[in-house]
Amino acid sequence: MTFDTIAMQVFNGLSLFTVLVLMALGLAIVFGLMGVINMAHGELMAMGAYATYATAALFERFFPSLMGIYFLVGIVVAFVVTFVFGYALERGLIRFLYKRPLDTMLATWGLGLILQQLFRSVFGPREVGVPTERWLEGAWHITGSISLPLGRIFIIGLTIVVSATVYLLLFRSRWGLRIRAVTQNRDMSGAAGINTARVDAVTFAFGCGLAGIAGSSFTMLASTGPTTGQQYVVDTFIVVVFGGVDSLLGTFLSAFLISQQQSGLELFLTGSMAKAAMLLMVIVVLYFRPNGLFAMRVRR
Amino acid sequence: MNGALLEVEDVTVSFDGFRAVDNLSLSVARNELRVVIGPNGAGKTTLLDMICGKTRPSHGRIRFGGHDLTSKAEHEITRLGVGRKFQTPSTYEDLTVLENLEISYPQHRGVIGSFFFQRTAEVQRRIEEVAAEVHLEHELHTNAGRLSHGEKQWLEIGMLLMQDPQLLLLDEPVAGMSPHERQQTALLLSAIARGRAMVVIEHDMHFVEAIAHKVTVLHQGKLLCEGSMQEIQGDQRVIDVYLGD
Amino acid sequence: MKAPDADAGAGTTGAPPWPAAAAAVGEIASPAQPARWLDGLRDGLLGARGVQHWGGAIALVAVGLLLPFLLGSFRLELVAKYLCLAFPAVGIVLLWGQTGILSLGQGLFFGMGGYFMAMFLKLEATTHSDSSQALSQFYGSTLPDFMVWNSVETLPWFWKPFQSLPLSLAAILIVPPLTAMATSYFPFRRRVGGVYFSIVTLALASVASIVIIGQQGYTGGVNGITDFKSFAGMDLESPRVSWGLYYVTVALLVGVVLFGRAVMNSRLGKILRAVRDREDRVRFSGYDPAMFKAAIFAVAALFSAIGGALFSLQVGLASPSLVGIVPSVEMVICAAVGGRLSLVGGVVGTVLVYAAKTFFSEHFAQYWLYFIGALFILVVVFLPRGLAGALEQLRGARARRAERA
Repeated sequence: MTFDTIAMQVFNGLSLFTVLVLMALGLAIVFGLMGVINMAHGELMAMGAYATYATAALFERFFPSLMGIYFLVGIVVAFVVTFVFGYALERGLIRFLYKRPLDTMLATWGLGLILQQLFRSVFGPREVGVPTERWLEGAWHITGSISLPLGRIFIIGLTIVVSATVYLLLFRSRWGLRIRAVTQNRDMSGAAGINTARVDAVTFAFGCGLAGIAGSSFTMLASTGPTTGQQYVVDTFIVVVFGGVDSLLGTFLSAFLISQQQSGLELFLTGSMAKAAMLLMVIVVLYFRPNGLFAMRVRR
Repeated sequence: MNGALLEVEDVTVSFDGFRAVDNLSLSVARNELRVVIGPNGAGKTTLLDMICGKTRPSHGRIRFGGHDLTSKAEHEITRLGVGRKFQTPSTYEDLTVLENLEISYPQHRGVIGSFFFQRTAEVQRRIEEVAAEVHLEHELHTNAGRLSHGEKQWLEIGMLLMQDPQLLLLDEPVAGMSPHERQQTALLLSAIARGRAMVVIEHDMHFVEAIAHKVTVLHQGKLLCEGSMQEIQGDQRVIDVYLGD
Repeated sequence: MKAPDADAGAGTTGAPPWPAAAAAVGEIASPAQPARWLDGLRDGLLGARGVQHWGGAIALVAVGLLLPFLLGSFRLELVAKYLCLAFPAVGIVLLWGQTGILSLGQGLFFGMGGYFMAMFLKLEATTHSDSSQALSQFYGSTLPDFMVWNSVETLPWFWKPFQSLPLSLAAILIVPPLTAMATSYFPFRRRVGGVYFSIVTLALASVASIVIIGQQGYTGGVNGITDFKSFAGMDLESPRVSWGLYYVTVALLVGVVLFGRAVMNSRLGKILRAVRDREDRVRFSGYDPAMFKAAIFAVAALFSAIGGALFSLQVGLASPSLVGIVPSVEMVICAAVGGRLSLVGGVVGTVLVYAAKTFFSEHFAQYWLYFIGALFILVVVFLPRGLAGALEQLRGARARRAERA
């Protein structure tokens, strides 16, 4: 096992990490802050990916000269589309189910199925891909055998930027303060004049928007099909639960650990067995630390 | 035999840095009815929580009748003969009084045992006996949720009696009761204390005076003072700290 | 409605399934029932209200018994398939409706039963000299065909026990409940509950499906294990054996429902409902909730495994498409549609959902996901107690109108 192989494995793990962390941050906000389990979170990621694909197709058709920036526009479009959808979803369905987390799981699973079929009807059953931007083609050759594709580097950078933005928004902004106030003490926040209904909707929508960005960056890594979202939803939940639902930093670290663990295992086992082994390891850890790896001691 | 039944030794517990109970020690003998008083936040409920297993102390030991309770689970402690009554009445609201008492019957508490459990004549007799003791013999088929607040408290005491505990922990048993109900409860508790040890948390000083064999005063998680009701009421430290009644 | 026995409470004695849902309308937990469940059974059969309720269940069983005479073999096999899938749903009624544990991974246990049976049937097909499959004979090997195709040279050790019928049956009945207890007792003891546990079950089903698909050589991969010829010498394709298996399925299903009834009516049932509604309180009555939850999880696993084994026998296939997340969640919606508090409701719900699935796949394949997705949402939001609950509400309304008249 040479240094080069390990380095490449770490880098591959980072690619998985970017997808997981963006998905998991969105889910952690929705689950950790609001206690809502959105089983359609994977489909929201797919929605973001498809939105980027649609943007590419649109640009190709109508603005071919602007193709150089379609991807950046695509990311924004993905966020906006999923944000709006998330807002409507919260107002239309989720808010009726707040006290019933298990029921929310089932209802959103159903929604996910509907979305999957919708994707299939609109975009076709086969996976679709997006053209790589010219400025993202090629790779950064560090040494003879380590070369890191620029596209992936861009995504890693994007992920870091987005994560930092989320942190700043939640912990350093007025809006974030309102969100945290409402989740910690709804009645008092309402009494203090905060429009709790709107905060709920925006928080949920923001979590969905993050999934949209995850989907957009996913298009740089692989092609998207109607069932792509479903493939990542279990992993995402595991990441959030493993990291300790209350801690965004925990989610971030957990996504890193799990993705590295997965890609590390892939050196020894086949893809499917690596995934199985990783899930089993996490379940075992959860037994010892039921509140997640990074949760603080909770009063028994 | 009147040795100490319950021994709390140097027990400490903190929540996120706040010391709810600080190096507390006390002991309660069989046939003794001990009342614990103190201002809000003195650690009274936390003390009961630790004895019955709801909270684990970070320091110290709790011994009951030769068993070490400190790290046992709630149901294990209950099975050893400790009964806890909570501050807010917690009965099984959807079950009738009869069923609440029946579910507290201290046998067949495993999975298989409970599947084959029958309401035999013996069980029925015991339920009626306990129901009479707690003044609920005419409410056997009423849903617990429909009882008055005071009746719910009695039902909870009844459920404890069914379990036939050696140590009873009662958290504000007369909260929300009328004066007449308080009188009845005082008599009830004094009767029950025979052969058992009882620790009661209460704020109503008349009630405390009526039932207490000995009083323990807590303040900020520590033991302030212990003695008979007269001694406590005359103690300057208690007067300074506890501005209630 | 005064019952002669003072303990009996309001006439919901003997407890056929529907009154359980009735009591649930308005109150969450148990109907008042006598603890003498045998007496209760008698009262239920003979009491006026009992006949009305038993009538429904008996009618369903009667229909079930008559179906082989009414349907052709293809349709009968479909009904048999539905009934097999009803077993996990009945388990989910006990697990979720009574105890409040939402398992999104029952496919794992269904798959255990299904694959264990399939392994036995496959080995019988390939090693029995009278029924050796052409393919194996052609390759000169007595290994299952997919192993030959994947260059597996000898029978793996974990296949060997399935050469024997008693061992296979033992595996089906023992391994799933044991696995369920082992994976759930300690988490329950650590107070892992609710949503977290559901996610763990989801992950377990996912792992099972991934492993089965990935290990093609040992499990048949995504195509599953199929091409069975006989079961302990009986030809699986003869109509007589098919009918026999069908009746065995009906009998076992009835048995499982009756067992569930007995649980719900006993003290065990009361404790399960208490664990669902007030888990902390139950500890102070001296019960260990972890033990009860793990036990009922094991029971649900056992039911699912039995269903899976019967499925392999009647449909002739064990496949990962019944093991992973999607089928596991479908099993839950079957119980939800029928009524999560009603055992018979679970059976009816399963038949309705899978009959709909067949219908859609035959005529409007692309609309199936819309249908089932909408069903999930509508049932959860508008019919939380399922069809059984809705029926009870109608009955209650009609009774109130009759009283007023």
